Amino acid sequence: MSGIIERGVAVEPALRAGRDAGRKLLVTYVTGGLGSGWVDALRAMVEGGADLVEVGIPFSDPVMDGPTIQEASVRALAGGANPVGILDALRRVEVPVPLVAMTYYNLVFRAGHSRFARMLVDSGVRGAIVPDLPLDESGEWETDAAEAGVETVLLAAPVTPDDRLAELCRRSHGFIYGVNLMGVTGERASLAQSAAVLAKRLKAATDKPVIMGFGVSTPDQAVAAAAEADGVVVASALMRLLLDGGGPNAVGDAVASLRAALDGG
Amino acid sequence: MAPAGMGDPGPSGRFGRFGGRFVPESLVPACIELEAAFRVAWSDWRFRQRYAELLRTYAGRPTPVTECHRLSEALGVRVLLKREDLTHTGSHKINNVLGQGLLTLEMGKTRVVAETGAGQHGVATATAAALFGLECVVYMGEVDTERQALNVFRMQLLGAEVRPVASGSRTLKDAVNEALRDWVATVENTHYCLGSVMGPHPYPWMVREFQRVVGDEARSQCRELLGGDDPAVVVACVGGGSNAAGTFAGFVDTPARLVGVEAAGGSAIGRGIPGVLHGMHSYLLQDEWGQILEAQSISAGLDYPGIGPEHAHLSDLGRATYYTATDGEVLDALQLLSRTEGIIPALEPAHALAWLVNAARSGDVAAGTTVLLTLSGRGDKDAEQVMRLLG
Repeated sequence: MSGIIERGVAVEPALRAGRDAGRKLLVTYVTGGLGSGWVDALRAMVEGGADLVEVGIPFSDPVMDGPTIQEASVRALAGGANPVGILDALRRVEVPVPLVAMTYYNLVFRAGHSRFARMLVDSGVRGAIVPDLPLDESGEWETDAAEAGVETVLLAAPVTPDDRLAELCRRSHGFIYGVNLMGVTGERASLAQSAAVLAKRLKAATDKPVIMGFGVSTPDQAVAAAAEADGVVVASALMRLLLDGGGPNAVGDAVASLRAALDGG
Repeated sequence: MAPAGMGDPGPSGRFGRFGGRFVPESLVPACIELEAAFRVAWSDWRFRQRYAELLRTYAGRPTPVTECHRLSEALGVRVLLKREDLTHTGSHKINNVLGQGLLTLEMGKTRVVAETGAGQHGVATATAAALFGLECVVYMGEVDTERQALNVFRMQLLGAEVRPVASGSRTLKDAVNEALRDWVATVENTHYCLGSVMGPHPYPWMVREFQRVVGDEARSQCRELLGGDDPAVVVACVGGGSNAAGTFAGFVDTPARLVGVEAAGGSAIGRGIPGVLHGMHSYLLQDEWGQILEAQSISAGLDYPGIGPEHAHLSDLGRATYYTATDGEVLDALQLLSRTEGIIPALEPAHALAWLVNAARSGDVAAGTTVLLTLSGRGDKDAEQVMRLLG
């Protein structure tokens, strides 16, 4: 680590604390730069009970995203969203939970690893998820990110073999992002069968927080997805609310009902 | 790391600093499986024999090299054409899909997905799928389904489902995105039959190997024609760069000057910056933030904001040089070849021809020089569009 980090909340300690308190962790997502209300939506998510918020830095070609997040990305980009503008806005947001950037590698590469990581930290963003940067290609980024104080969250898939899973759990920081299903992000009618299998494998492989995402939109699905893991990510369903004109309040209410369901209420 | 000799890029799939395998974790095992299957098949004489047999009896190989007497006279240089336009389905794309189709069977998969721009790769994939009894879905940008309506119908006639892509620029780049999204969800029974020397490892290498038959044949045909000599210049058009890669592979160890010609509006080497898209590290058209820009070209097949990573490497090494041709130059060249030789080229190889016309006139290619040009496809698919543009 170089320099003193003052901004933001470190990811892994916060998630461990939440888990140790006996809570299922709730991770939500907002597309940075989506309309004028995205920062308010982020605050509403935290008030609604999110333990961590992923902030999407939109990319022109989001191959891991389904129609909803594609639409959010297109709208944000059409509105002039860019990494610097999004991170500037985050600099002015004081929230008590960790923020993690979710983006695609070309934006990181274009800015330069160290510069991008410093930009994140300067804005209080202490983790990064880069879904198109698998284990075999992410080594240099992980090192540069760690030096700046950014925790790199790696994704595990249902098809990841055991040896890769072990390596991935060792190298992932903040938490392990378990991908519930073979496919892209987006709402699904029911939770994939593969979700519980992967969650169990991950929990057996690591003590780090294990959070399951993809295809989780309703409170019932959230409870089911978190059952074998430490928590769950809900993204597209919340973005759908924003895209359809629901304001921060609607998003906050949705997060509160997810929170209540996870808390067994 | 692959040397300039266009060899095996090894398990990391690197061509110098370019290439690699930048795919979501969900696709990593499939890419590893594909690489392993290709390595086994490509060193297995039985597979090579089956492949060669299909190229001969189904695709119509070897394709001839045609000496262009009247065009040569017009340009003052000696022009030889490698006639990929004479293959079954009318372009070099058939070489790749027959290889990948056989590999799909080897891997026990029953479905293929593909992206297509001009429709040539889509038609070729639909053809191979019909031949091998595979289910086939082709993603095609909405802009291209309009530009190439006849090819959409051809694919349907061959039993493939064509899914128009309405996202992004609605062209080739977006068709690749959708094909990748399909593949992530279906990888268990589906092979992604990528059409060019791009994408994650092993595609750039594997597709080049399936296309090297173009260069290998051309080399021995040229030697026969030229009394044991090689051509001084070898030129091909470049979108992703598969016909150029296959052609160059046959001549990279000769003294021939290797020339790739991109569309002026899609020049990844000329105007691109290194980046990562569609699984590969290569030159890309992008803005200051790293957002991918839309390529603009008369030719749907060259409407791609990137270029295969091995071309990026060959360019860095200086072993191949990349130029551009404008839409207007391309239309002129297309008419010139049609009128002097009775060969209507596709818009894509007309880019290579347009460069040659300029280079011969400017003296960049000296009078009397022998030039081999890969005529990667026939112009039938473009006739309607060209009629409108010239009308």
